[in-house]
Amino acid sequence: MARAISTRRKIAISAIAWLVAFLIFFPILWTFLTSFKTEGTAIQIPPKFVFFEWTLENYVTVQERSNYFRHFSNSVITAVGSTIIGLLIAIPAAWAMAFSPTKRTKDVLMWMLSTKMLPAVGVLVPIYLIFRDLRLLDTHIGLIAVLTMINLPIIVWMLYTYFKEIPVDILEAARMDGAGLRQEIVHVLTPMAIPGIASTLLLNIILAWNEAFWTLNLTTTRAAPLTAFIASYSSPEGLFWAKLSAASTLAIAPILIMGWFSQKQLVRGLTFGAVK
Amino acid sequence: MATAQTQTAARLMMAPAVVLLLGWMLIPLSLTLWFSFQRYNLLMPGQEFFTGFDNYRYFLSHPNFWSALANTLILVGGVLTITIIGGTLLALLLDQPIFGQGIVRLLVIAPFFVMPTVSALVWKNMLMHPVNGLFSWIARVFVVQPIDWFAQAPMFSIIVIVAWQWLPFATLIILTALQSLDEEQKEAAGMDGAGPFPLFFYIILPHLARAITVVILIQTIFLLSIFAEILVTTNGGPGVATTNLTFLIYMQSLLQFDVGLASAGGIVAVILANIVAIFLLRIVGKNLEA
Repeated sequence: MARAISTRRKIAISAIAWLVAFLIFFPILWTFLTSFKTEGTAIQIPPKFVFFEWTLENYVTVQERSNYFRHFSNSVITAVGSTIIGLLIAIPAAWAMAFSPTKRTKDVLMWMLSTKMLPAVGVLVPIYLIFRDLRLLDTHIGLIAVLTMINLPIIVWMLYTYFKEIPVDILEAARMDGAGLRQEIVHVLTPMAIPGIASTLLLNIILAWNEAFWTLNLTTTRAAPLTAFIASYSSPEGLFWAKLSAASTLAIAPILIMGWFSQKQLVRGLTFGAVK
Repeated sequence: MATAQTQTAARLMMAPAVVLLLGWMLIPLSLTLWFSFQRYNLLMPGQEFFTGFDNYRYFLSHPNFWSALANTLILVGGVLTITIIGGTLLALLLDQPIFGQGIVRLLVIAPFFVMPTVSALVWKNMLMHPVNGLFSWIARVFVVQPIDWFAQAPMFSIIVIVAWQWLPFATLIILTALQSLDEEQKEAAGMDGAGPFPLFFYIILPHLARAITVVILIQTIFLLSIFAEILVTTNGGPGVATTNLTFLIYMQSLLQFDVGLASAGGIVAVILANIVAIFLLRIVGKNLEA
């Protein structure tokens, strides 16, 4: 009896949960569906949901007319580039703070976090002027530099919380077995650190890919990543819903998939370890 | 415990990160501070001079500043209200046993990964368009007069879009906290005859307090700097109805080229963000000791 009630309850709750989840996801699904419509079908009222003639023409047009692939590769270059450079700078720092902490380690970490809280507009003017004078506006290098700096505190923090969980005892055990410092790092610490480094990498590519203040203000055409390219669809004369949908679907698909894989690390990364 | 040698090595390993971040923070910020005391417009080169607090006086006494400050607070407050209440309810729902829980979770967190320019344009055009948008069609199906969202309620429309983007974040963090709640504690309260509401307000909510505080503080930091969603939907308008502090400073610097005034605005924004940051750092810092 109690079991029947709990099953019925589970079905009811599941139905509500699925409905809510569907509504939340709907704008993304709608974008995906619209990307396969003709421009005429896209604005049709009443709207067609699934039963329309599916076409790939928008994807072809978006690439031909606006060189979509260049913006896509700009996004890849700047997001991946800034994350890797950030990791190269952050791994030694986080390593040192986790394995040989001093009294000041906590202060350094807190100070790093505080730089993340500096609002972008507070430094927009000087960064823009410096970039203009160094001819870094609309370049990959310039954008990578800025993205590296704004995500560096998060990278250090995430790595620190992961490294902190590696048990120090295991080092002593290895040392007793006669392992040298190099062997310690290569055979003992690195394998244990790699999962943490991988999730940090993933989360930061996502953050850099979606960054939409500096990418919009520091690029125009050559180095413009997808955030800036999609923004060009905001002009009223450029309202082509099916093409906007095709461009958007390609822009969010890779990051959505990465995001789904890294959802567990998301909480930890974005709360700086305050919620686990 | 650490020897002098490892201490030196540790310092060397930390040096690049510390030096770079120090430079990133100090150099532009001191330039902003310096510019904010100058009469400096890029359209009038060679006519820069020191003006003391004139830029601040002008910026703080301009009606656009006060409306931008109000808009910033409305935007942050509106999004926080929706995401905290919605996120808590959604987390309570997802914490129940559900068929296909994994997929439901994936669908719910998806909006967080959509880039701001995409979500803003998709909502503005395909959902909120007064004639061809899906909402207007739904309104007409129910024989209701469709709303011209961005003309009649521009700020509310932006709040809805931004709340959609941040709801997954709030849900995910509150859900994580919810799952760490002791099951026995809930059962004990149930056996003592506590109904669902007392259970929520006396057991669950106090347990979530910390997670909710973290959500509020982190979101506030990001929401104070909302920019792309405004740029691609309303461009700050109609008039200055959706111009927040970030957008106002952007307009003064990159559209009106008034470096001095924009810098003064930038310093004001930094001070406001710092007030929030102090609270957040205190909470994170406490956790570091535990």
